Amino acid sequence: MKLKKNVATSEEGFIFNPSTGDSFSTNPIGKDILVLLKEDKSVKEIIEAICEKYDVEPAQFEKDLDDFKSQLSDYAILD
Amino acid sequence: MEKSTNQQRKLVIAVTALNAIDSPGPGVAVIRAIRECPDFDVRIIGLSYEALEPGIYMHDVVDKTYQIPYPSAGTDSLFGRLLHIHEIEKIDVLIPNFDAELFNFIKLRDKLKALGIHTFLPDLEQFEARDKMKLFEFGKKHGLHVPADRVIFSSRDLPSVASQMGYPMVVKGKFYDAIIANTLEQAEKAFYKIQAKWGLPIIVQEFINGTEINIAALGDGEGNAISVIPMRKLYITDKGKAWAGITLEEQSFIDLAKTFIKATKWKGGCELEVMQTSDGKSYIMEVNPRFPAWIYLTAAAGQNQPASLVKLALGEKLKPYTDYEVGKIFIRYAWDHITNIAEFQKISGTGEL
Repeated sequence: MKLKKNVATSEEGFIFNPSTGDSFSTNPIGKDILVLLKEDKSVKEIIEAICEKYDVEPAQFEKDLDDFKSQLSDYAILD
Repeated sequence: MEKSTNQQRKLVIAVTALNAIDSPGPGVAVIRAIRECPDFDVRIIGLSYEALEPGIYMHDVVDKTYQIPYPSAGTDSLFGRLLHIHEIEKIDVLIPNFDAELFNFIKLRDKLKALGIHTFLPDLEQFEARDKMKLFEFGKKHGLHVPADRVIFSSRDLPSVASQMGYPMVVKGKFYDAIIANTLEQAEKAFYKIQAKWGLPIIVQEFINGTEINIAALGDGEGNAISVIPMRKLYITDKGKAWAGITLEEQSFIDLAKTFIKATKWKGGCELEVMQTSDGKSYIMEVNPRFPAWIYLTAAAGQNQPASLVKLALGEKLKPYTDYEVGKIFIRYAWDHITNIAEFQKISGTGEL
């Protein structure tokens, strides 16, 4: 799971896809995931980092991450 | 706006399409971009058709306006008027910006050049190749995706066109306007509405579902694209005009515009209206043979197309731009400009302001 190289993300969780002009906002957890994606972290590393920071079970978060990934994919911002 | 310096070239530039209304002409945006170019010290001559074109009254934009005859009056009448204006103003460069007037200006290109008035317009062959009525053939010839179309002169042809294309289909005027029709009744209504405004023929085009992208481009007449800026409309008016838009970074759009310019050896500004389908195909829906109303965005993003056109018109060789700012947004706004009856009276009565 990798963000397209030219996709811009801000510290506030705002995403801009310069190929299509689409822009999106995420909540703080979504923003944290985007930061980790930008750092080329693996799915396992993302799960570890998020579960350490937030009160969430890894199994539950893995499911949520899958949903988030499909959303990013639908919006054409994943490679 | 930058202050005048000794290095700046003094130029008199005439511009049409001062109708900065809800379906705006590009004139005011073209002037704004030219005025911001640090290389010029310009006097802008507005050329208007109607007494209430807002640009006429915007004296920090247009220095002096002259009314010119409608395109239907023909080239002799237009040339006579331009000759009179040129005797007073000594025009260096003339930039026409309306589709409907371009034919006459292209016809007069050489006569204007002989007077010292430079233009930078496509020749008639280039102009006609991208005509709505010939665009499909053009696309086929150059391997570009263009929706299928039929040119019709009677509403009686609509049922047979519909049976081939299916609904929805797009009913278009030869210069402006496009209406999506979902039924024969809607298609007939659109046919008569557009016929009343723009005359015949009417073009019926296959409907392509996708994301609309607009590309402003400037060709040097030798096959090179000096500038290409793709933009996506973020907000569209009920007339389908962009109210806000954003510059994009997408190489396929830039390549598409370069292919068009190379194939036609396009000379001057143009706008490609492109529909990108969900499977990534880019269809050229229309090619407008002049700058779009949002052309100032090209200057704001770092590629001043109107100023570059002025330089090309004066014979300068330009290198193609390579960079521009992605994510630059324009938001159009309405503003009640106040003027006096005396000004309205002057332009209405004397044809000058």
